[in-house]
Amino acid sequence: MKLFCRLYHELDSTTRTTDKVRALERYFRAAPPADAAWAISFLIGRRLPRGVTTTQLRQYAAEFANLPTWIVEECYEAVGDLAETLALLLPEPSESESIPLHVLIEERLLPLPRLGDEERRKILETTWRQLSGPERFLWHKLLTGGFRVGAGRTLTARALAAVAGVDPAVMSDRLMGPWQPTPTDYQRLLRGDAVEGDVGKPYPFLLAYPVEGPLETLGEIQDWQIEWKWDGIRAQIVNRGSKVLIWSRGEELISDQFPEVGQAALALSNSVVLDGEILIWGQHGPRPFSDLQKRLNRKRVTARDVRDYPAVFVAYDLLELDSQDRREEPLKRRRQLLEQLLSGWQVSGVLRLSPILELHQWSDVAVHHTLARECGAEGLMLKHRGSPYGVGRIKGVWWKWKVDPYYVDAVLINAQAGHGRRAGLYTDYTFAVWHEGRLIPIAKAYSGLTDDEIREVDAFIKENTVERFGPVRAVRPELVFELAFEGIQRSARHKSGIALRFPRMNRWRRDKRPEEADHLDRLRALLPPETDSR
Amino acid sequence: MPNLLEYTPSGWYCPIGDFFIDPHAPVERAVVTHGHTDHACPGSRHYLAAASSVLVLKERLGPDADIEALPFGQSMTMNGVNVSLHPAGHVLGSAQVRIEYRGEVWVVSGDYKTVAEPSCEPFEPVRCHVFVTESTFALPVYRWQPQSEIMAEIHAWWRANQDQGRTSVLFAYALGKTQRLLAALDPEAGPICVHGAARVFLPAYEAAGVRFPPIHSAEAAEVRRFAGRALVLAPYSSFRTPWFHALGPTSTASASGWMQIRGHRRRQGVDRGFVLSDHADWEGLLSAIRATGAERIGVTHGHTEVLCRWLREQGTDCWQASLVRRWSEDVG
Repeated sequence: MKLFCRLYHELDSTTRTTDKVRALERYFRAAPPADAAWAISFLIGRRLPRGVTTTQLRQYAAEFANLPTWIVEECYEAVGDLAETLALLLPEPSESESIPLHVLIEERLLPLPRLGDEERRKILETTWRQLSGPERFLWHKLLTGGFRVGAGRTLTARALAAVAGVDPAVMSDRLMGPWQPTPTDYQRLLRGDAVEGDVGKPYPFLLAYPVEGPLETLGEIQDWQIEWKWDGIRAQIVNRGSKVLIWSRGEELISDQFPEVGQAALALSNSVVLDGEILIWGQHGPRPFSDLQKRLNRKRVTARDVRDYPAVFVAYDLLELDSQDRREEPLKRRRQLLEQLLSGWQVSGVLRLSPILELHQWSDVAVHHTLARECGAEGLMLKHRGSPYGVGRIKGVWWKWKVDPYYVDAVLINAQAGHGRRAGLYTDYTFAVWHEGRLIPIAKAYSGLTDDEIREVDAFIKENTVERFGPVRAVRPELVFELAFEGIQRSARHKSGIALRFPRMNRWRRDKRPEEADHLDRLRALLPPETDSR
Repeated sequence: MPNLLEYTPSGWYCPIGDFFIDPHAPVERAVVTHGHTDHACPGSRHYLAAASSVLVLKERLGPDADIEALPFGQSMTMNGVNVSLHPAGHVLGSAQVRIEYRGEVWVVSGDYKTVAEPSCEPFEPVRCHVFVTESTFALPVYRWQPQSEIMAEIHAWWRANQDQGRTSVLFAYALGKTQRLLAALDPEAGPICVHGAARVFLPAYEAAGVRFPPIHSAEAAEVRRFAGRALVLAPYSSFRTPWFHALGPTSTASASGWMQIRGHRRRQGVDRGFVLSDHADWEGLLSAIRATGAERIGVTHGHTEVLCRWLREQGTDCWQASLVRRWSEDVG
């Protein structure tokens, strides 16, 4: 744990990529394989099932530190991070034990969900007695599944590639898929041997950049493949045998959530990997993202779910065919192969092609951009026809051009302290609009203000609090903000009857008084007709 | 009889003695605990302050300010109210104000730290009936390590930067923290450069007998001459200014109690945070309060609600004075 803790500290105290890669390299060269395997798993964002609820963790820690829970809550509000709060509150360790990372995970963390409360508490207390402050912080992060550090998959792959003496892209490939955090699989990652389960592994996703500047700067329009940008879940279908696996961009297996997609893909020829988007499709096109979330959140998908929320896979790229990696071939060729592969398929089937928009002038592209929402898309994609399928976010290959957001002027009514680098500042706000003479909450938003604005709003909140409900402060309704959002849906869970998608603060309307904020009716008018959702 | 002190929009006021303590607006007569801008407001007619803080206060209040110096431990009378000043250990010349009238004693702490270090007079507990305490770091997450450990971390960071040819830029409050660091830095470790904003206070410290290692100016050309070996002490407000960008390759750090919280360090955007505060930590506050033997505690400046609730649950009578201190980059 000491080495891993030092690694974390080094990654946390620099923003320079080269320093981070160097720190990672040093770690992988020094750490025992059993520890290094777990470290990679955490660095690339894999999570473990939670062994303890945060409520229990708080309670045990408060009792162990001999503090009342109210003061633990006050501390949490000031620190903005539970793992850190508890690490700072606990008494100094009484034993100086050095526990290897893999022992901590395998012998203490993984068994937690199966244990009774008393045994669980005992393990936590033993560990607290043995770990130093910084180690406890990481331990809590792992316990609560909140481990994050400024070095993800790309940097980890770079460092491991240096250790193994291979190209970073090769290492990125190896890190995909279902390898286990064991010494054996760690050695296999370094040597490049096939890992058990490799046969179903996806390729690293190619990601798009938002368009910059006028479209004309992209050159000849014929060089670009233009498609709708779908508002679904990015996914790869991997069929290399009798079994079909579906992977999300977060590298999670989602085959079980979308059985009809897997079923349809079984009919594909052997050994094919497709890149595309999963959507819930209604009579009139894609249904709201919230419908897709309903499917994603199901542990077990029933026939009824499939009927009520029918999923489709809209394919837009082909990465592997006939056991051959096709990523180096230009998009134009990959598209041909994809069209051939799906040529016999129904356009309305579960597996379908993402249509290419045949546009011959940049001005037509701009017109289509304005139509995207009506067509159930969230914008346009522009992909260079001559480009290979690279790893990660590469500039100039895929561009995304999202539709303009909607706007609403709303009044700040509640605030809560932020987390992480916004700890101790009131940065999480609830906004309301007018309805029948009263302010009705419509959205929470956290982002969009500058640091200076945040500080100013924070001061306003502290001076204009009218009531406190635990960590939430109700403030005098005086400040008006223009919120931007991507979509609007009906919601029975909210008093306003609506839910906004991706609300954020676009600007502070210092020129507006609260009476001039928008009315709920204006938002309701933006709702799609009710029949359209089924 | 009215309260010996009451909280007014202009700050703490003694109606019997007719004077303010650390007023936020110009008044006729002000007792000033120390030279930080949120305590020393310019424009008042007469000031009373600890003798060793006068040179510092002249920097803040102007050379013509009428400041009467009162040595620590000596008393004087204002309209029958007995006033004396006692070291608060916050910065050079920082004082607690003791006021006594007909046998009743109140003490206003100003800002204080209970740990002694060479750059200022050590905190002195004063027995009183009513103690008005600050509460900047009144949460049990604030627990300070000994200064020697923090200085070892700072020196290790400095050496690591030297190995990489990066100038170490350590942000610290210009008055107090910079001088405390300077008095504890090892001149053998490399050249030490001090930003002009903090240099103006050095003569006051030297006059009080504080010893500093030899220093250099922090002009960019001078710093660059040391090719990554120097440590620069500068206020945080100089971060990302043209001066800062002219320093060449740097590693940045802040020295402050706020650095205890990772989020604050990340918000400042510095590479490292060293937890070194001129305020008392949680235990420091509680022990200072106990040492006064006071029957009533007034809580200001900081986590007033938390400290009040804690003290009440321990059976101590206390009240909150409504002085909100916001988190700021420099204080702490």
